[in-house]
Amino acid sequence: MSEVGTIEPPAAADVAPPARQSVRDLVASTGIDTRLAGMIVALLVIWLGFHALSEGKFITARNLWNLSVQSTSIGIMATGMVLIIVTRNIDLSVGSLLGLLGYTMALLQTDGILSVFGVDVSLGITGSHWYTWLLALLVGGLLGALIGLIQGYIVAYVGVPAFIVTLSGFLAWRGLIFRTGGKQGQTLAPLDENFRYLGGAPERSLGETRSWIVAIVVCAGIVVSALLARRRRDRYDLAQRPMWLEASMVAGACVVVLAGVWLVAIGYDSPVSGEPVGIAYPVLILILVMLGMTYLAKRRRFGRYVYAYGGNPEAAELGGINTRRTITLTYALMGVLCAISAAIQTARLNSATTNLGVQNELDVIAAAVIGGTSFSGGIGTIPGAVLGAVVMQSLRSGMSLLNIDSPTQDIVVGIVLVTAVAVDALIRQRRRTTVIGALAAGVALAAIVIQTGRP
Amino acid sequence: MTDTIDATVPAGRAGEEPLCELRDIRVSFGGLHAVDGVSVNLYPGEVVAVVGGNGAGKSTLIHTLSGAHPADSGEIWINGQHVTIHNPRDARTHGVEIIYQKLALADNLDAAGNVFLGRELRTRTGSLDDEAMASATQKVLARLNPRFKNLKTAVKSLSGGQRQSVAIARAVHFNARILIMDEPTAALGPAETAQVRDLITQLKAEGIGIFLISHDIHDVFDLADRISVMAQGKLVGTVDKNAVTKDEVLAMIILGKRPDETTPDDIAELTS
Repeated sequence: MSEVGTIEPPAAADVAPPARQSVRDLVASTGIDTRLAGMIVALLVIWLGFHALSEGKFITARNLWNLSVQSTSIGIMATGMVLIIVTRNIDLSVGSLLGLLGYTMALLQTDGILSVFGVDVSLGITGSHWYTWLLALLVGGLLGALIGLIQGYIVAYVGVPAFIVTLSGFLAWRGLIFRTGGKQGQTLAPLDENFRYLGGAPERSLGETRSWIVAIVVCAGIVVSALLARRRRDRYDLAQRPMWLEASMVAGACVVVLAGVWLVAIGYDSPVSGEPVGIAYPVLILILVMLGMTYLAKRRRFGRYVYAYGGNPEAAELGGINTRRTITLTYALMGVLCAISAAIQTARLNSATTNLGVQNELDVIAAAVIGGTSFSGGIGTIPGAVLGAVVMQSLRSGMSLLNIDSPTQDIVVGIVLVTAVAVDALIRQRRRTTVIGALAAGVALAAIVIQTGRP
Repeated sequence: MTDTIDATVPAGRAGEEPLCELRDIRVSFGGLHAVDGVSVNLYPGEVVAVVGGNGAGKSTLIHTLSGAHPADSGEIWINGQHVTIHNPRDARTHGVEIIYQKLALADNLDAAGNVFLGRELRTRTGSLDDEAMASATQKVLARLNPRFKNLKTAVKSLSGGQRQSVAIARAVHFNARILIMDEPTAALGPAETAQVRDLITQLKAEGIGIFLISHDIHDVFDLADRISVMAQGKLVGTVDKNAVTKDEVLAMIILGKRPDETTPDDIAELTS
């Protein structure tokens, strides 16, 4: 009796795994991150929830179009914050840096005078010309990179903790806004006409034809890159995904792109002209930044070193990696991304104020963390961070639709942030029942706050 | 008697050029002489064990060769040439590879990411050539550990033996001539230990010289040709494995004296 009992289970276990294994292998071969998939599900739940609560106002072309534009600034910066947090550092200065860069870019367009500490550095090229938007972006990007380099150098080579360095930056760059330009921190407006395209107003978007062209180019890119990847794998005799799986993945991605453009960008008719609005420029920029940053993170040595250092700083050092240079570069990159976000925010407001970007550092860090970036280092993805930014913006815009005031919104975002990280940590510790408990508690608490906060 | 015990040159290889020689190496931390004028050498296809108690300086000595911690003074000769090693990169250019006790793997990267860490293959555009790296990793791992399959998962989720395979693959792929193994079997089960032993035999046959750092006297006697014993930063002596007993080596480690210097009183103290 006992012998039968002991022999049978292993036999059953021997038969069962191969079948399950192959399905798991198939899923693994798609390269789809389970954490990312979970976040997409969470996002859809949030959207459906607000759609129900707002009696059908949330999932509309207009709202989703606005949501996409409002997510861009934080989303762009979050892609850089991921790499910084992956290397076990932090950047608290991004909000202030964004303010300084936005203010500088606005000065180039309005004042005719760009002075820092009373020294004129405008060289007579400021004001509104055909090249103004390019010049503003160039100067902003270079200044952002320079400031990032300085902060990164102090972190990596001098050895001051990142928290302290960027806390100092947080204070200093905000203060410097008031010493830049001759006007002691006045609001600067209006901005250059071309520059304002970066802000993403309905009347300054791509329009129908160009949006379709973008969509088709993106789809072509997906198909070509899938084919190229297959060819590379063939050359080295590596295992391939089954053709049907590859084809359906490519088709699925293209359908999502085309449907998004058709339903949201083309589906939203301009309140001014009645014509389809098309993709907003900042959204296009976000997509390009996301692609570029993903390429940097996944296919360049720099990105490989960022993750290697995050996973095991000692191993990276022993591997002969110049870890200090790598860390310095993450901050320089962050500075450039701040400049892009600063351009989007100022262009959207058509002005620059001294409080531009206040609290953005917290939103950016929150987006990266909700997107699955871990403070213990080595873990976090670029698409995850962008998705995190969209989740945050969805919460805020959904609550705004329900006329919930901004302090209550902050409470909810706080609850969601800590719940997301708790769930992530518990899943990693394989404490399944606690995961469900934490998730239920977080959602219930958020629901109570939202419900009691409704006017 | 003294000649057979003190084996600064392995038996029957007089006149041959050593693969690697560390001469009069000194390293101090503050006032402490962690390594104090130690000389050891290594011949092709030979395993030299460096043994000693905790704090004897064996890891510090070997790190001067791997570039993890450069020597304050002393010379390193490889293939009859005087070389300088300031960092791990220098060591690698001279064909020195090390497998660290803690394996020094980036847990969040896959096998290929770790094998090529710091030496990534790139395409003409400078992108990482992941396919070439995956393919090369697959080949070298197949040679070391035929059962290794999880090429795409982060090494964090691999078993101790598989992680060891990845660490060894890193050294083997780059055609190491001098391999340093720091406690290679410390974290392994019996089957995996046997695998590592087979591998060492295989590497020896290929003419690779191996410095083996180990606490395990059985490992040392099974694998090494010669044994260099260190105590308190100094070299006690280098002996031919076949000329000594395990007890004699243990006595060297504990007493810091060569067998021919040991007095009956020392032995009495040791056994009491």
